[in-house]
Amino acid sequence: MNAAKIREKVAFAVLGLITLLVVIPIMLTILYVVKNGAGAISWEFLTQSPRNGMKEGGIFPAIIGTIILIIGTMLCSLPLGILSAIYLVEYAKDNFFTRLIKLSVVNLSGIPSIVYGLFGFTLFVMLLRCGTSILAGSLTLAIMSLPVIITAAKEALESVPFSFREISLSLGASKWQTVRYCVLPYAIPGILTGTVLSLSRAAGETAPILFTVAAFYLPRLPRSIFDQVMALPYHLYVISTQVPNMPAKLSFATGLVLIALVFLMNLVSIILRAHYRKKKQW
Amino acid sequence: MVAEAIIKTVDLNCSFGSTAAMSDLNLEIYKNEILGIIGPANSGKTTFLRALNRLNYLNTSYSQAGDIFFENRNIKQIPDSLLRKKIGIIFALPQVLPVSIFNNVAYGPKVHGITKKNTVREIVENALKKAYLWDEIKDRLDTPATRLSGGQQQRLCIARTLAVGPDVILYDEPCSGLDPISTAKVEDTMRELKKDYTQILVTNNTKQAARVTERCGFFLMGELVEIDETETLFTNPKDKRTDDYITGRFG
Repeated sequence: MNAAKIREKVAFAVLGLITLLVVIPIMLTILYVVKNGAGAISWEFLTQSPRNGMKEGGIFPAIIGTIILIIGTMLCSLPLGILSAIYLVEYAKDNFFTRLIKLSVVNLSGIPSIVYGLFGFTLFVMLLRCGTSILAGSLTLAIMSLPVIITAAKEALESVPFSFREISLSLGASKWQTVRYCVLPYAIPGILTGTVLSLSRAAGETAPILFTVAAFYLPRLPRSIFDQVMALPYHLYVISTQVPNMPAKLSFATGLVLIALVFLMNLVSIILRAHYRKKKQW
Repeated sequence: MVAEAIIKTVDLNCSFGSTAAMSDLNLEIYKNEILGIIGPANSGKTTFLRALNRLNYLNTSYSQAGDIFFENRNIKQIPDSLLRKKIGIIFALPQVLPVSIFNNVAYGPKVHGITKKNTVREIVENALKKAYLWDEIKDRLDTPATRLSGGQQQRLCIARTLAVGPDVILYDEPCSGLDPISTAKVEDTMRELKKDYTQILVTNNTKQAARVTERCGFFLMGELVEIDETETLFTNPKDKRTDDYITGRFG
């Protein structure tokens, strides 16, 4: 074996090792949560409200609350995010103002979530008088998800070959027809990926919902978007730190349900993406 | 030849940023002719072609002075969508959309508001027949256009352009990626289309220009050096630079 081959082997081994180093802690975390929490998962746990100072019963309201918040966040952030990305990529002229917006979008995705929480509390809960409600919480989570969704949608739109736009325009199609029929359909898989990633992050966040929607203990389902709800991440925080003598397995089980929910969302996006990718032929 | 000019450029100057791509072009294009444009790379051939249907403006650094008249109307006063419907273009590499053969051709009529299924079907069939592709693909209109061969794809592009009902068809080196047999088919198609359409062929291949065109212009560094009947241009050019180019001394 010559020196170049040996160097290649060594390099591959190092890269493989580094990959393992990244994956192993994640696998261990999941395994640990499953090992400690799986025993507490039961039909009752998934479908009943917490009882007896949350030490018994289930987490049904928190599951429903989180699902409602995910849907609310999606409804607010998806149209806004995709439309802004379309504007930035297809319509905006390349000038100082546009570059400023693009820079802000990138920077916004790095802001700590607690800052979004405070911002949402000030704007939606106080100023716009939404109160502590599903509406305020969804809007706050939406604002937090927007930068990631915009960035993902922007990249997906930019990756559609310029020739598609050229063909469409050369046939006399308008700008909007071109975007609608020759660009957007091919950008959807990328947009979906980014959206789901950012929604899964939103689903697991505690800080943004802390002041805007989450209820400490509310063993009933919400009646309108102006109600508070329980949510899995906040519930987990509460039972892990605020309730004395809490059985640990209930905390782990709650964590497991949250992980499963996020995994389910990712699964849906993988299936959708595979479906769209079949249509991709360039 | 006494013929009616369908397109006329007056002192046309084009540039990208600070680079001039075309200077003081005055040219008339007659109805139903096949006009050839030859010249080396960067001589402004493509810029000229794309100026005619304002596609150059997709590049934000593009600017233009002078006027272009289409059917005696300044094209500045014609909406882009109408102008591009009337002046279609075939790009250098066959560029099909990643949809079915049928939908590639149906796209144009649809964006121009033709929604009746039967009408669209008729237009698609006619366009494919005119582009001499119908017999080869009539049984598989629903297969992806990307599965066609390069030559078939280029004729599909011609059909797609025909489907919106243009008066003028611009060809930007349409055979640069094709084998000789496919090239011959595209050239046959052009000859057949002559009776209904005005065609402008930009090509790197001087032999192709000699085969297909009736009049031919020679561009060099953004300047129209000479334009004449194709036969005259190739056998008895007036300008020495034209002579050098077609006899292969440069370019």
